[in-house]
Amino acid sequence: MLSLERRAVDSRAMQWASPLLALVLTIITGLFMFMALGKDPIEGLTFFFLIPLSDAQGWAELGLKMAPLLLCAAGLTICYRAKIWNIGAEGHFLMGSLWASAAALYLSDQTGFWVLPLVLLAGIIAGALWALLAGVLKTQFHCNEILTTIMLNYIALNLLLFAVHGPLKDPYGFGFPQSEMFAAAALLPKLIPDTRLHIGLLFALLAAVAVGVLFARTFIGFQLKVLGQDERAAAFAGFPAKRLTLLAFILAGGLAGLAGASEVTGPLGQLVPQVSPGYGYTAIIVVFLGRMQAGGIILAAALLALTFMGGEMLQIAMNMPKAITGLFQGLLLFYLLTCDAFIHYRIRFRRAPAASAGEA
Amino acid sequence: MDAVLITNVLAATVIAGTPLLLVALGELVCERSGVLNLGQEGMMLMGAVIGFMAAVTSGSLAIGVLAAVLGGIMMSMLFALMAVTLAANQYAAGLALTIFGVGLSSFVGSGYVGQAIDGFDKIAIPLLSDIPVLGQVLFTQDLLVYASLVIFVLVYCFLRYTRGGLILRAVGESPEAANANGLRVLQVRYLAVAFGGGMAGLAGAYLSLAYTPMWTENMTAGRGWIALALVVFATWKPERVLLGAYLFGAASILHLVLQGLGWQSSTELLAMMPYVVTILVLVLLSWNPTRTRLNTPLSIGQPYRPSK
Amino acid sequence: MATAERLRLENIVKEYPGCRANDGVHLTVQAGEIHALLGENGAGKSTLMKIIYGVIQPDAGTVTWNGRPLTLQGPAHARELGIGMVFQHFSLFETLTVAENIALSLPASQARDRSKLDARIREVSEHYGMELDPRRFVNTLSIGERQRVEIVRCLIQDSSLLILDEPTSVLTPQEVQVLFRTLRQLSKEGCSILFISHKLQEVRDLCHRATVLRQGKVTGACNPGEITTNDIARMMVGDETPLSTQVDPCEPGALLLQANNLNYQSRDPFGTSLQAISMSLRAGEIVGIAGVAGNGQDELLRALSGEAKVNKDSLQFNGLSIGDTGPAVRRGLGVAVVPEERLGRGAVPAMSLVDNSLLTASGQGLTSRGWVSLGKVRDYASRVVEQFGVRTASIDSAATSLSGGNLQKFIIGREALQQPKLLVASHPTWGVDVGSAVAIHEALVKLRDEGAAVLLISEDLDELFQLCGRMGAICAGKLSPLVPTSELTIEKLGQWMAGDFPATATATTTETNHAVA
Repeated sequence: MLSLERRAVDSRAMQWASPLLALVLTIITGLFMFMALGKDPIEGLTFFFLIPLSDAQGWAELGLKMAPLLLCAAGLTICYRAKIWNIGAEGHFLMGSLWASAAALYLSDQTGFWVLPLVLLAGIIAGALWALLAGVLKTQFHCNEILTTIMLNYIALNLLLFAVHGPLKDPYGFGFPQSEMFAAAALLPKLIPDTRLHIGLLFALLAAVAVGVLFARTFIGFQLKVLGQDERAAAFAGFPAKRLTLLAFILAGGLAGLAGASEVTGPLGQLVPQVSPGYGYTAIIVVFLGRMQAGGIILAAALLALTFMGGEMLQIAMNMPKAITGLFQGLLLFYLLTCDAFIHYRIRFRRAPAASAGEA
Repeated sequence: MDAVLITNVLAATVIAGTPLLLVALGELVCERSGVLNLGQEGMMLMGAVIGFMAAVTSGSLAIGVLAAVLGGIMMSMLFALMAVTLAANQYAAGLALTIFGVGLSSFVGSGYVGQAIDGFDKIAIPLLSDIPVLGQVLFTQDLLVYASLVIFVLVYCFLRYTRGGLILRAVGESPEAANANGLRVLQVRYLAVAFGGGMAGLAGAYLSLAYTPMWTENMTAGRGWIALALVVFATWKPERVLLGAYLFGAASILHLVLQGLGWQSSTELLAMMPYVVTILVLVLLSWNPTRTRLNTPLSIGQPYRPSK
Repeated sequence: MATAERLRLENIVKEYPGCRANDGVHLTVQAGEIHALLGENGAGKSTLMKIIYGVIQPDAGTVTWNGRPLTLQGPAHARELGIGMVFQHFSLFETLTVAENIALSLPASQARDRSKLDARIREVSEHYGMELDPRRFVNTLSIGERQRVEIVRCLIQDSSLLILDEPTSVLTPQEVQVLFRTLRQLSKEGCSILFISHKLQEVRDLCHRATVLRQGKVTGACNPGEITTNDIARMMVGDETPLSTQVDPCEPGALLLQANNLNYQSRDPFGTSLQAISMSLRAGEIVGIAGVAGNGQDELLRALSGEAKVNKDSLQFNGLSIGDTGPAVRRGLGVAVVPEERLGRGAVPAMSLVDNSLLTASGQGLTSRGWVSLGKVRDYASRVVEQFGVRTASIDSAATSLSGGNLQKFIIGREALQQPKLLVASHPTWGVDVGSAVAIHEALVKLRDEGAAVLLISEDLDELFQLCGRMGAICAGKLSPLVPTSELTIEKLGQWMAGDFPATATATTTETNHAVA
C-alpha cells in the first residue's frame, strides 16, 4: 500500500520541477476535457497555447496582458512572503483604475508631459490607500486580512460600477456605462509602435526586479521574511511588525493601483465596467506558481497571460465558453499545490504490517 | 411602517439568510476540526450548477438537491486531499478550490444560462402558519428553509452533547494531543471537510432551485466569503451563526426595506451593504484579541503532519 | 518479590533519515518494578517510549507483553492492554474539563455514563492521594494538577505499566515527594513503572533498576541504589566528556539593572501576571531564578527583553529608564537575551545560521543604510561557529539541522559575541546534551568574568546551585528575595518555589538579609 513519508531534507529538485510538472498535468487534463466535450484535443491545445503566439501582434498582446499580472504579483509577493494573505489585489487594481480615470477626466483639457504621471500617481495612491485600509484593520483591529480584503474587493467593484453608471459616465455615450475617452496627454506611450503594447510592461519588469532586490539584499526584506516565517522570532528580534505589515500593504496596493491605472490609460483609454478580467485573483496564482521569486513570477505571469489569450482564442475559434480560462488557472494551482507536497514528502510502498514486528 | 411591511421584510430576511446559514454551519463544523476551507464560493457554485442541471434533466427537485450535495462533497474532497493528507498551505488550497469551482461551474453551466425551472414552493405548516407575523415568517417557507433550521438544531446538539462533538473539538484544539490519545485526526478532519462541502452544495442548490430558480454565472455574489466571516464573529458557536446569518440576510435585502419606506438609492451603492456590514461587524468583534483567542479552535489553519 | 516479566523489549531498532534513534535496544521490566530509563537528551528515550506506547512502529525487534509477543496497533491498543503513558508535554485538551479529557481516552462504552465516570475519577484520585475535581476545566489547573489528571487517566484504565516521561521537571521538591509516594504505592500493588529521567539523585531514591541509553544503544543496566551518581553519569555520557564546570567565585561590581515594583498584566488568558517585582543585578555576577514552569518566567523574560512593555521607570539599566523600549533598543544598550524556545523564537527554523545571525546581531555593523552586508554577516556567523564549538555541516545549514545542544551553543555565542553588559538566559540547557551544557555553562561564566551580569532563569536546580552567586524563586508572578547561594538549601528553595517566601522590601542598593525560616 502507498504511504507518504516525510523527507529529511526538502527536495530541491522538486522545488524546481513542481511548477513544470503542474503545467504538464494541467495540459494532460485539458486534453481529456477537450475529448469529453467532443472537440479535437490537439486542435484545442494548439489554439490555446500556440496560435496566440504565432505572430508579432500575439507577442505584443502577451506583454500587454502580462503587465498588470506581473505588477499585481510583485506587490502580492511582498505580502505573501511575510505571510500576509492579502487577497485584495483586484480591489486595489479597480480603485487604481477608478481614480486614475477620475484624474484623467478632470484634467481632460490639459496637455503637457505632467498629465500622465499625475494620472498614474492618482491610481497608485488610490490603490495604496485602499490596501492601507485593510492593513490598518489588521494591525489596529486584529481583523483577518483575507476577509477584509475580499469584502473591499466587492466594495471597490461596486464603487466602480456606481461611478461608471453615474458621475463618470460619458454624457455622449448613448447611455452605455463607460466614461469618455481620455485625452491624448493622459495616455500611456507605446512600447512598440503599431501594437497595443505600452510601457506598462516596463513598469512591471522593474517592479519584479525591485522586489527581488528587496528580499535578497535589503534589511527590510530580511525583516519581512522573518515576519513571515516566524512571528515570534521577529518579535524577539524587535522588528516592527505593525509598520512592516502596513508597508507591505501600501506597496502591494500601490503596485496593483498602478496596474489598474495603466490598464485604463493604456489599452482601454477609458473606464469601463469590465476593466479587469480577474487580474487581481490570477495574480495570486502567478505568485505561487512563480515560487514567490522575482524570476519565477515573471515567467509565471507570461504563462498566465497566455491562458487569458488562449481562452479568448478558444471562445472565438472553437465556440467554447469563456470560463475555460478560469478553469485552466484553477487546475494549474491545484496541481501545483499537489506537486509541491512532494517537496516535503515521498511516496513509499510498504507491505501491510505483519503479525509480528517484522524484519527490516 | 405597517405590520405587512415588517412581516414581509422578516420573511425575506429568513429567505435571504438561509443560504448563509447553511454554508456557515458547514464551515463551522469544518473549522472546529482545525481546517480552514476558503473554497466556499467554488463549492456553492458547483452545488448550484449541478443541482440545477440535475433538476432540469431529471425533472425532480429532490434529485437536484441530492446531486448538489454530492457535488459539494466531491469538491471538498479535492480540498481535503491537499489540505489534510498532503498538509499543504490551507489558504492556497482553499483559494484554488474557489478559482477552480468558479471556473468549472461557469464552464459546465454555460448551456443552462437563462433556462427557467419551477423551483421550491412555499409550504405552509398547518395551524402554525396562522400565527400573526411569525406564521408567515417562520412557518410559511419552502422545504429547504425548514431543513436549514433542523440542521441547525442537529449541529448544535452534536457539538454540545455527543461524543462525536467532543472528539471534533479535541482534534481542533490540538491534533498532536488527539493523536496521542488515539483519536484518528485525519479521518475526523476528512469527515468535517465533507460535511462543510455538503452544506455548501446544499446552499448552492437553495440559490438555484429556490431563491432564484435559475442558473447564472457567479450567482453566489460573495456569500461564501461572508459566511466565512460569519463563522469568525460567531466565535464558532452555532447559535450565533444563526443570528448572524439572518443579520446579513437583512443587510442584503436592504433595498427592499428602503423601497418600502419610499427612499430612492443607487443600486450599486446599496449592493455594497452586506460587504460593508461584514467589515464593520468584523471590526467590532475582533477589536479585543483575547476574546477571539479564547474561542478560536487552536489549531485552525495549520497543516498537521503526523510523525510516523 | 514477584518475578513475572511484564514487558520485554529485544533488539529494537528505529531509524530516521540521518540517525539511528534506537539501535538494538534491550529492556526488561518486572511486574511491580520501578524501572528507570536514563540517558541524556538525544539518547533515544522518547523514541523508545513512543514505540512502547504504540505511537510509532519499530523497524525491527520484538515487544513481549506478559509473556506474549505483540505488535501495537496504536495508542488505543496499548491502553487496552494496560499500558498507560504520562507525557512530558501533556496531551490534555485545555478547553475541555477533566472528565471530558478522561472520557476521550476511554472507549465509548465506558464513557457514556458521565456521572459514573465523575464518581470513579473522584474515587481513584483520592485513593492515591491526588484529589481532582472532574468538573474543572483543564486550563484552570496548575501544572502539578495537570500531571495528576494524566496519571489518574491511566489509573482509571487499570494500567499495569505506567510510563512517566520526565515527570519531575515541572514539580517543586515537595510535589516530587507526593508523586513518589503515589508511585511506591502503585508499585506495591503490582503496577510496573517505567520512569524516564535524567535526574540521577531521584532515580537513586525511587527506582529498583535502571537501563542507560547513549546514542541509541544500551550502555548499561544497574541497580541505581547500589552505585554512585558519578558511575551512572559515566554510563550516560561515556568517558571523555566533562561532567560539570569548575566555577570560581567572583566579586560583583557596579549596579547594572534595577527593577522597581515591576508589574505586568499578561494579555494571554492563561498567562501569569507579574506583581511588584524588584531586583538588582550587578556586573560580574550570575543570579539565578528558580521556578516551576508557568509561574511568570516567560513574562519576566519578555519584560526584560522588551517584547513586553512595562512602566518606563520600573526597569532601569545603567541609570536609564528602559521599561517601555523594544528589543532593538535594549540590544543596542547591551542587553542580550537567550529565550527558552530555540527554534521558533531564538532562531528561525528554516533559515540558515548566516541569516539567523542577522536576526539579533544586525547592530554589529552587519547592515549599512538599509543594505545587508552579506560578507560581514557570513564572517560573524563563522566566528560564532568557531569560537563556540558549534557542530554543523556549514554556516548555510538550516537551524533545524543542528542538534539542540549545538543550536543552543550558536544562540549563546551569537549573543555573547555582541559583548553584552547583561545577558538574560531562560532554561539555556533544557533538552541539551551534557557536553553542550558544560560548554554553555563555561560561556556564561566567561561572560561573568569579563564583567557582564548574567540572569539565569531555570528549572534545573543543580545548574542553579552550581553557577549562581545569588538565587531566588518566582511563584505566581511574585519574586522572592535574591540571597547568596550559600544561604539556601534545596528544601528552602523548594518552599520558595511553592510561594512560601518573605516579601521583598522595595529594593534599594543591597539585598537585606532575611532571617531564615
